[in-house]
Amino acid sequence: MCLALPAKIVALDAATDIATVAIGEVRKEVSVALVEDVAIDDFVLIHVGYALNKISEEEAQRTLDLFAEAGLLGEEIT
Amino acid sequence: MKYVEEFRARDLAKKLARGIAREADTGRQYNIMEFCGGHTHAIFRYGVQDLMPANINFVHGPGCPVCVLPIGRIDNAIDLVERHDVILCTYGDMLRVPASGRKSLLKAKAGGADVRMVYSTLDALKIARDNPGREVVFFAIGFETTTPPTAVALRQVRTEGLRNFSVFCNHVLTPPAIRSILDTPDTRDSGSVHIDGFLGPSHVSSIIGSQPYEALATQYRKPVIIAGFEPLDVMQSTLMLIRQLNEGRHEVENEYTRVVTREGNRKAQQLVAEVFELRPTFEWRGLGLMPHSALQIREAYAEFNAERRFEVPTIQASDVKGCECPTILRGVKRPTDCKLFGTVCTPESPMGSCMVSSEGACAAYWSYGRMRMPNPVGANAESVA
Ligand code: SF4
Repeated sequence: MCLALPAKIVALDAATDIATVAIGEVRKEVSVALVEDVAIDDFVLIHVGYALNKISEEEAQRTLDLFAEAGLLGEEIT
Repeated sequence: MKYVEEFRARDLAKKLARGIAREADTGRQYNIMEFCGGHTHAIFRYGVQDLMPANINFVHGPGCPVCVLPIGRIDNAIDLVERHDVILCTYGDMLRVPASGRKSLLKAKAGGADVRMVYSTLDALKIARDNPGREVVFFAIGFETTTPPTAVALRQVRTEGLRNFSVFCNHVLTPPAIRSILDTPDTRDSGSVHIDGFLGPSHVSSIIGSQPYEALATQYRKPVIIAGFEPLDVMQSTLMLIRQLNEGRHEVENEYTRVVTREGNRKAQQLVAEVFELRPTFEWRGLGLMPHSALQIREAYAEFNAERRFEVPTIQASDVKGCECPTILRGVKRPTDCKLFGTVCTPESPMGSCMVSSEGACAAYWSYGRMRMPNPVGANAESVA
């Protein structure tokens, strides 16, 4: 029910707030009425046919770096 | 898929597991409530519990919207479609939830009632446009994640003047539920369940932001980590929680920064505020009547409120005898404590709501964990895909 998936915007109709997104290989029409300033190539989180939010590429990378760090910390002490 | 696979990487899971084992204090127990069913699902599907030291215990919370809806409201929905002859649209998970007298929306449908499963409120609007001669009711459920799409639909309906559409609103709010769990005698007297900290909602927080949890964290002295739904997010958030507990801190920290900010999605919040207002009180399965824990449709949209358009009585209905959903939703019991689990109650013939949705704790135990001990020990990093 709360499932939400990251998707890339591949086409956008600003007049209707409807975007075509790619979720992996699948293409789908979703509403972007809830998100400010979306553009083609943005990644958004899709839930029940709506984009909820944009996904930040830099923040995603920062989190991935944190994972690696946590592991390293463990490694050094072990 | 970008933003999915890299958050499930097996080698990083092993590293994170070692980090957690290193930092967790063996002299104490860590009881961590994951509020959302999405986290429960990730913990089971990827065997996250198996990667944890024995003193880290995940307590499953009430964050499954299908699970917390009381039976009386499902009885109301069945009544709407059977007695008022409407087209009732709802999300798929709602169809199989048991109502009173062993009924469900699916059984009502089999008996000829016009129940339609929709993926989105946009589909429900289309059904209303295609059936101008029929009343179409959208049976709206869900937390702050699912509320903004209902708000968009109601705005659209008013703009279009789609008079045959209305919403039976059952949207509920997350922070009051967390508060209720911390306030119930079970937790306050640290009798059956003691919670040290929370893994906070990810998608809900993408809308409301991390700020609404700050007062809770301070007042109850419980750390909250906003955690993404992928297995590495859950592990990293667990590590962040362990660090806070070790240092005696109780703050709100955000692990899911790629989507969640402190302020949340302002545009969505404004839309919700325009269409909905706080409901004075609402009943939750397991948590009982809670003031200001749900939303209702504002006066300005009253003509599209199904509770105004049709007669929707308050129904006091009791759960199936023996079903432990209410105590499971409060984190007091586990699915395996229920005598009906796996015998009378399975996903094919669910007796309670927690067995229906994949985010329900009973369904998660059944699908991934029924062969396991309640709190399995050992490292099985292979299970992280
Ligand atoms: S196993 Fe079934 S009957 Fe038991 S608590 Fe879970 S949903 Fe209810």
